[in-house]
Amino acid sequence: MRTIVIEPEYEAWRAAARQLLAQGVAPEEVLWTDDAQEESLFVREEPAAAAAEQGASAIKVPAAFMDLARSVAAHTDARRWGMLYRVLWRLTRGAERHLLTMATDRDVRQLQDWSKAVGRDIHKMHAFVRFRLVGADAATGREQFVAWFEPEHRIVRLAAPFFEKRFAGMDWSILTPNECAHWDGTRLHFTAGVSRSSAPDEDALDDLWRTYYRNIFNPARVKISAMQSEMPKKYWKNLPEASLIAGLIAESTGRVRGMLETEERAAKPAPNNAYLKSLHAMNQSEAAAQNHESDPA
Amino acid sequence: MMDLTRKLEILADAAKYDASCASSGAARKDSRGGKGVGSTGGMGICHSYTPDGRCVSLMKVLMTNACLYDCHYCINRRSSNVTRARFTPDEVVQLTLDFYKRNYIEGLFLSSGIIRSADHTMELVIEVARKLREVHQFRGYIHLKTIPEASQDLIALAGRYADRISINVELPSQQSLNTLAPEKNLARTESAMGHIRGKIEERHAEKRKPDAPKPPPFATGQSTQMLVGADASTDAVILGCADKLYTSHRLRRVYYSAFSPIPEPSSILPLKAPPLIREHRLYQADWLLRFYDFKVEEIASAADPNLDLALDPKLSWALRNRATFPVDVNRAPRELLLRIPGLGVRNVERILAARRYTRLRLADLVRLRVQMKKLLPFITTADHHPAKLGLDSDSLRARFLPPPEQLEINFDAPPTPATSDFLSVRSGEF
Repeated sequence: MRTIVIEPEYEAWRAAARQLLAQGVAPEEVLWTDDAQEESLFVREEPAAAAAEQGASAIKVPAAFMDLARSVAAHTDARRWGMLYRVLWRLTRGAERHLLTMATDRDVRQLQDWSKAVGRDIHKMHAFVRFRLVGADAATGREQFVAWFEPEHRIVRLAAPFFEKRFAGMDWSILTPNECAHWDGTRLHFTAGVSRSSAPDEDALDDLWRTYYRNIFNPARVKISAMQSEMPKKYWKNLPEASLIAGLIAESTGRVRGMLETEERAAKPAPNNAYLKSLHAMNQSEAAAQNHESDPA
Repeated sequence: MMDLTRKLEILADAAKYDASCASSGAARKDSRGGKGVGSTGGMGICHSYTPDGRCVSLMKVLMTNACLYDCHYCINRRSSNVTRARFTPDEVVQLTLDFYKRNYIEGLFLSSGIIRSADHTMELVIEVARKLREVHQFRGYIHLKTIPEASQDLIALAGRYADRISINVELPSQQSLNTLAPEKNLARTESAMGHIRGKIEERHAEKRKPDAPKPPPFATGQSTQMLVGADASTDAVILGCADKLYTSHRLRRVYYSAFSPIPEPSSILPLKAPPLIREHRLYQADWLLRFYDFKVEEIASAADPNLDLALDPKLSWALRNRATFPVDVNRAPRELLLRIPGLGVRNVERILAARRYTRLRLADLVRLRVQMKKLLPFITTADHHPAKLGLDSDSLRARFLPPPEQLEINFDAPPTPATSDFLSVRSGEF
C-alpha cells in the first residue's frame, strides 16, 4: 500500500495517476489524500519520474473521461481521487474501454453523481451571484463590481469563464471563501479565499430589483416546494430579493380573497379609434367568409 | 409625473400572466472584445424563483399597460380600472442594463398593451431592442412579443434584434376568442407565425451556404401561450392546437397558463381557482408529443377528451394499453422503451447503451434512479417478471393514485414534494 499526497486539483491528480498507471500500480494499493495536515502522518513517496513518464505517453483514455475527471476533481468528497483512479484503471488496464457508457455501473454512477453535483453548483453560481457596483476605474472609466458567493464545491475556476464572456465590458471580482476570481478587461486571475466582510452588502439597485420581484409574483398560484427545489434556502442569505419571500407568501391568501370579492367590471364600449374599427371590420368579414365556406349549400 | 419605481410596479404586475420565460436556444454571442455586456447561447439560466414556483430569468415588463383590446381574462383590457403607466424606451433600456450588470437577469422580455395601432405599438417595442443592441451593444437575451396585425417589415425588424419572438394564441379556437378576446383572430395569428417560420428558416439556409457572407441575425425561435381554464376547450382541443403549431409553424415551445384570479375581474369571465394540476398534466402531455413520439389521439381522444388529473398521461396511456406490456428492457426497441411509465428519454438512452454489454437486472435500474414503483408492473428484466395478475388486475390503477393531499402549507417546514410536483410546473418534465 502506498499513499499519494496531492494538491486538491485535477492537474495534480492527473500527473500522479499517469505515473501510477505506467508503473502498473493497482487501485487497491493506493491511498489518496489532498489533506495537507494528514500529509505529515505519511512518508511521502517520490515516484520514479523518468521511467514512469515513458510508459505514460502510451496511455489513451476516452475524451469523455477527461471532462468527467476535471469536473469530479472539483467535488469536495475525499474519496473522489481513488474512485477516479479506479475507473481510469478499469478503462485502461482493465480493458473496459466502453465503461463510461455503462451508467448502470456502480463506479461510473458515483463519478456521474459527483460530476452532476459540481455542474449544478456551477449553474447555481452563474445564476445567484449578485454584483454590487463599487465605483469606476479612474483611468479607464470602467465600472467596477464586486460579488460574494458561497459555492459548495471548488468551482470558482470552472465557473469564472462564463462571467468573463458575459461581463467583458466591466471590471469585476467574485469573492468566495475558497478562492476569488477577478477580471480587469484583459486578464482573468485568481487569488486566495476571503471572508464575507470583504464584500459589500448592498447595491443601490437592490430596491428596484425587489420591486420587480414583488410584482412579478402571482399570489394566486403559490407553489413553495417548486421554488425551494430550484432555489434552496442555503442561497437565500446572499440574495437581496429573498427577504421578501416570507411576506409574499403570508399575504397571498388575503390578496386572492380580495380579488374574488371585487365586483366584476362590465365591458366598456370600444373607443373611437381607426385601427380598432378596421380590426373589427376585418374580423367580421373573415367570420362571414368562414360561415360561407362551411355552408353546405 | 410617475416615478420609475411606481412604473415598474405597474408594468411588471401587468406582465406576470405571460408564462414564457425561456432564455435558451439563442445563437452564441458574447461581449468579449466589445464595449457592451451580455452573452447568450448556453442553456438558459433562472436567476431567481418567486413563491409561485416560477423562475425569474428575463425582466418581463410591458411598455405600457394601456390597451385598446378587451380580452376578458386580461388585467390590462380596456374595461379594467387598473392604473395605467407607460415606460419611455430609455427607461426600459436603462433598467435592463442595470439589472443585467448585477446578474439579476438573462435579458429582457418586452411586450405591450396595444395603443393607437399594431404598427405604432410594435415600433415602440422595437425601439427599445434597437437601442439595446445598437447603442449599448447589449448581447444578452431579448424576447419580443409581436402583434400579428403589425406589418411584415416591422416583424422582420423585431426578429433582427430579438433572440426569440412570440405571438400568443391565448385560446385554441376562434369561437372562444370571439367571446373572450373579440379583437383577436386565430387565422391572422397563424399566418403571422407562418411568416416568421419562413424568416427563421430562410436565415438558417443562408447560414449553411458555404461561401456566402454571414446573413444578418434573426431570432432563432418562436413560441406561444395558451390559457387553460378560461374557456370550455377540452385538453384534446388544446393539445390538437399545440400539435398543429409545432408541426406547421415549428414553434419551439407552447406554454400553457392556468387562468388565475386577477385584481380586475370581468363580468364576462368570473374568477375561479387556477387549474394548476391540469396545467401540469398539459405540460407532461406536451412533452410526450415532442420527445416520446406520442400522437394527440393517444393521449386525449375525441371520446375521452380530457387528461386524467390523478395520473400522469403516460401512465394513464399504459393502463389503457396493457396488452403492450410487459416490455423487456433487454430487448425492446427504443420506441417501446419510451412508452414505459417512469422511464425518461435520458434513461432510455442509458439502457440502450448499457445493454450492449450486459443483461440488465433490477439493481441496474435502481442505479439509474428510475421510478421503480411505477416501472415494475410494466417491465421484465433478467431477474424480474411481473406477476400476470398485476397487469390484469383492476386494482392496478389504484396503486398509482396519490395519497390524499395535505392542503395546509407550513412555511417553516414545507412538505416534502412528491416527485411529480417537484418538477417545475413550467417545464412539465418527467
